[in-house]
Amino acid sequence: MKTADTALIRIFNVSKHYGSKPALNHITLDVFKNEFVFFTGPSGAGKSTLLKLLYLGESITEGQVLIDGMNLARISKSRAHVLRRKLGIIFQDYKLIPGKTVFQNVALVLEARGLSQRFIQKKVHSVLRTVGMEDRQRAFPLGLSGGEQQKVAVARAVVGEPKIILADEPTGSLDAEASENIFELLTTFHNRGATVLFATHDTELIRNTKHRIIYLKQGHLQV
Amino acid sequence: MITLFFKKALQDILSNRFLNTVTIVTIGLSILIVSSFALFFINTNALLNSWKKGIRVLVYLEPQATEANRLDLRYQIQQIENVQEIHFISKETALKRLKDQMRHHSSLFENLKRNPLPDAFEIRITDASRELEKVAALAEKIKSLPQVEEVEYGQHWIAKFSYIINMFKFVGYAMGGLFLIATLFIIANTIRLVLYSRKEEIEIMRLVGSNNSFIKAPFYIEGLILSALGSIAGLATLFAAYHFVLSKFHASLSIGFLEIKFLSIGQFFLFVGGSMLVGWLGCYLSLKQFLKN
Repeated sequence: MKTADTALIRIFNVSKHYGSKPALNHITLDVFKNEFVFFTGPSGAGKSTLLKLLYLGESITEGQVLIDGMNLARISKSRAHVLRRKLGIIFQDYKLIPGKTVFQNVALVLEARGLSQRFIQKKVHSVLRTVGMEDRQRAFPLGLSGGEQQKVAVARAVVGEPKIILADEPTGSLDAEASENIFELLTTFHNRGATVLFATHDTELIRNTKHRIIYLKQGHLQV
Repeated sequence: MITLFFKKALQDILSNRFLNTVTIVTIGLSILIVSSFALFFINTNALLNSWKKGIRVLVYLEPQATEANRLDLRYQIQQIENVQEIHFISKETALKRLKDQMRHHSSLFENLKRNPLPDAFEIRITDASRELEKVAALAEKIKSLPQVEEVEYGQHWIAKFSYIINMFKFVGYAMGGLFLIATLFIIANTIRLVLYSRKEEIEIMRLVGSNNSFIKAPFYIEGLILSALGSIAGLATLFAAYHFVLSKFHASLSIGFLEIKFLSIGQFFLFVGGSMLVGWLGCYLSLKQFLKN
């Protein structure tokens, strides 16, 4: 049952200003466990800004955000990793490390947690198999297509088994087929229990969806 | 985890070979200069100490001092603390010794009408009082006794030599300090350059949940490796130079029984450890500033 008490993410009266320019205005919403939520709206609507606030990529100007019981206002910069280990983040520009192989990019998440090399090997192979990139594990990101790079980014986001996946325009740079693949992968991990927040302005993707869609326009929620 | 950090640090060093080679060479040069000064001090101090060990205090008596005065003075000197042995050297014995020492210039003594040398006591002092200040105090005390004309213990040249060594020490400390700061900034700058070249990567590492320790550890290891390699290179160069100089100029450099020594194992590790400490500090400064932004 969806009540305020069962919400995994609680956003209450949140505003974000860049100088005097408002990017988000008094946003209040709850996202529940194992929910798949689309954030959509035109460019500059505040979709990416909202996701950035959730992973502490930006500071909140006003209001409160609670993620899995953690109040974001009380998390210092040096403790941001505690929150980020609950999240898997996917970016439009992939943000893969060019000097590292596909395997190393994905393994980094688990290495940062101090896990054993044996576990890391097993887990990374398993995730790369799921996203269909196992045979490219020794490749470097620049040798991959956009769709392949985004698959690696998805693998990196889910390898730590996060409760929440934040996908910020993950299909923004991809063609229709690659976009569909990424969406299917995120649906797979959603079906395995992850809560997915998916920011997109791709109307094709959300046209026939059964998931909740949240519209943003000029920093305001559109009901 | 440590293996992983070492692997990352070594990968970084190898991928920025030119920058890291320049850093190692510069640290090596700094350590070479500082350790050269240290080697100089160690050997000059050993020389000074060996000279101090041989210090004899000579007490020259007034020409009119009688036998009774002499015995009385001998007794009084013997009562002074830190006097180990006392020998009387008559003016005749002194002249004989002088003639023996200047055998090749015997003509100088031919026209001597009377013995110009005074009677004297030669005093040997205890090991505990061989500090220059203590010898000076002892000499002052003896000089105040009746029938004593002059007290001599080579104070002028020892003081001059000590002054020169102290001057070198001061210059050495100042240069050591400067090179220490230079090394600190070289390492800090190298790490800063690496940090800026990997800014995006570090940001990604943070976004995927890496904490500061995970990000910082390989850089600290890198700084420690660079400073250790730099200091070993500097000390190895000094060792090679020491052997070269010793083999070429051994005869003219050996002063009596004193052997010119190289740094001990303890001093070697002190230099390497000190350099690594500076390396660590350089990393700390860079990382603190970088991760704050």
